[in-house]
Amino acid sequence: MSTIAAIFKKEFASYFISPIAYVFIIVFLIGGNFMFFQPFFLINQAEMRNYFSLLPWIFLFFVPAITMRSWAEEKKSKTMELLLTWPLSDAQAVLGKFFASLAFLSVAILLSITVPITLFIIGSPDPGPIIGGYVGAILMGAAYLAIGLWISSHTENQIVAFILAFVTIFLLMIIGHPLVTAKVPSVLIPIFSYLGLFTHFESIERGVVDSRNVVYYLSMTGIFLFLNAQSLGRRKSE
Amino acid sequence: MDMESKTSRLMLEVRGLNKKFGHVHAVNNLNFEVRRGEVFGFLGPNGAGKSTTMRIITCFIPPTSGSALVDGMDTATHDLAVRRKIGYLPESTPLYSDMTVKEYLAFVGQIRGLRGSKLKSRIDDMFSVCALTKMADRQIGKLSKGFKQRVGLAQAMIHDPDLLILDEPMSGLDPNQIIEIRRLIKRMGEEKTVIYCSHILSEVSATCDRILIINEGRIVATGTPSDLTSGHRGGGSKYALRVKGDGPSIKNSLASVSGVSVIYIDDVKDGWCGIRINTNIKDDIGEALFRAVVDGGFSLSELTRTQTSLEDVFTQLTRSEK
Repeated sequence: MSTIAAIFKKEFASYFISPIAYVFIIVFLIGGNFMFFQPFFLINQAEMRNYFSLLPWIFLFFVPAITMRSWAEEKKSKTMELLLTWPLSDAQAVLGKFFASLAFLSVAILLSITVPITLFIIGSPDPGPIIGGYVGAILMGAAYLAIGLWISSHTENQIVAFILAFVTIFLLMIIGHPLVTAKVPSVLIPIFSYLGLFTHFESIERGVVDSRNVVYYLSMTGIFLFLNAQSLGRRKSE
Repeated sequence: MDMESKTSRLMLEVRGLNKKFGHVHAVNNLNFEVRRGEVFGFLGPNGAGKSTTMRIITCFIPPTSGSALVDGMDTATHDLAVRRKIGYLPESTPLYSDMTVKEYLAFVGQIRGLRGSKLKSRIDDMFSVCALTKMADRQIGKLSKGFKQRVGLAQAMIHDPDLLILDEPMSGLDPNQIIEIRRLIKRMGEEKTVIYCSHILSEVSATCDRILIINEGRIVATGTPSDLTSGHRGGGSKYALRVKGDGPSIKNSLASVSGVSVIYIDDVKDGWCGIRINTNIKDDIGEALFRAVVDGGFSLSELTRTQTSLEDVFTQLTRSEK
């Protein structure tokens, strides 16, 4: 446990060393706020549903940017060889990095608290859906992050890691979208819409944190973290 | 001696180790052992399989077949226990360049399971042993190569490991830094078992108790530095002479001396020939050479005997047979 904590601390601090992190947080906040508040006064409703419905799209850019460096950098600078000859398991290394990225994403999400504060000042929104939406956003973010980390472990090029993570997440998002499910054989529709990252966020957008959605996001996260540990172990069978 | 006390004397036992990458046979049936407390030189030209062997011993990659036992524990089955025993400095000294020296050592110490005051005192020890005190708050990426190397060494030693593995620790250092790091390695070698990989012979012969030379994945020689130089292979020595006279006829009279295997005439200047002779026996044949020159009616201005240097042994053994 303390080994994971050591990795977590080091990784979390490393996000703030590079200026890119600050740039991304600022873009995330400005972009999110702008897109939310632009039509806000036309809709004239004190709720955050529209904000949460933007998040899957914002995360599509933001999460790969968080995870692209994680393993790719270790591979490129060969620090991986030291990391993986220190007395820690592959799983500990993966979890340390995952929790650090999740903490970083959570910081960014928490900084968007200006949005609900504004709502409470100018209106009287229902706090339930807002809290539910935030919980859902972190769950969905965790799944995105696990995918991004797994992809980062396959390349030493950060840009490649970014693009591949973007594409993978995008595909997983849209397979449950009506545009896709309208074209696939009807037997596959339930599978596609179950697998789609998007489908599960729709109810969360409304502020309903359903256990099925929680299970879905947690298992996606678990599967990709497992794959990540496997891909580190792959050096052993080459 | 019974088996048990024999094993406990061995820090590392490598048995029938093989590693293949596709069609490349990087490590080919290696067998060797390193005794406790020894400074062991692992030598070979670039690409000989040194780093691959070290990566297997440090549990970074598994062997294709064969085994490596560290302090009696198999790298395949006691992965984490083996890694705890070892301090490792990989070839390119990979470090996290955005951390400060102090942060980095604290991080490695924590992963190594050190806590609180113990961690603090080990970091301080490393600062003084590796002379890093002044650099404590500097960013690693901004340090000179020599200091980075010392951070790498500090990282490898922070948990006071039984076995220290250093892969090319001198690469890229200037002569002063080399002397410093060499001194550091010698000091560590007084208490610890050290495996020192290098392709530079003079380095290894100056610091190591025993040397193993590998080439293309196979062991080509092993022994103490003096074993290897004095007659490990052929046992000859070399003579350099300067003789006045006609080259071919000098060659003829020298060839009759027993023990002479090869005669080279290097340069001829003002009637003086520079001659090099390799012998194939251990005995000193200087006197016989002198007689042969004088009896042939030539003048002699120089006659020196040089022992085969490790460099000669090394080039001879590792020259590709293609």
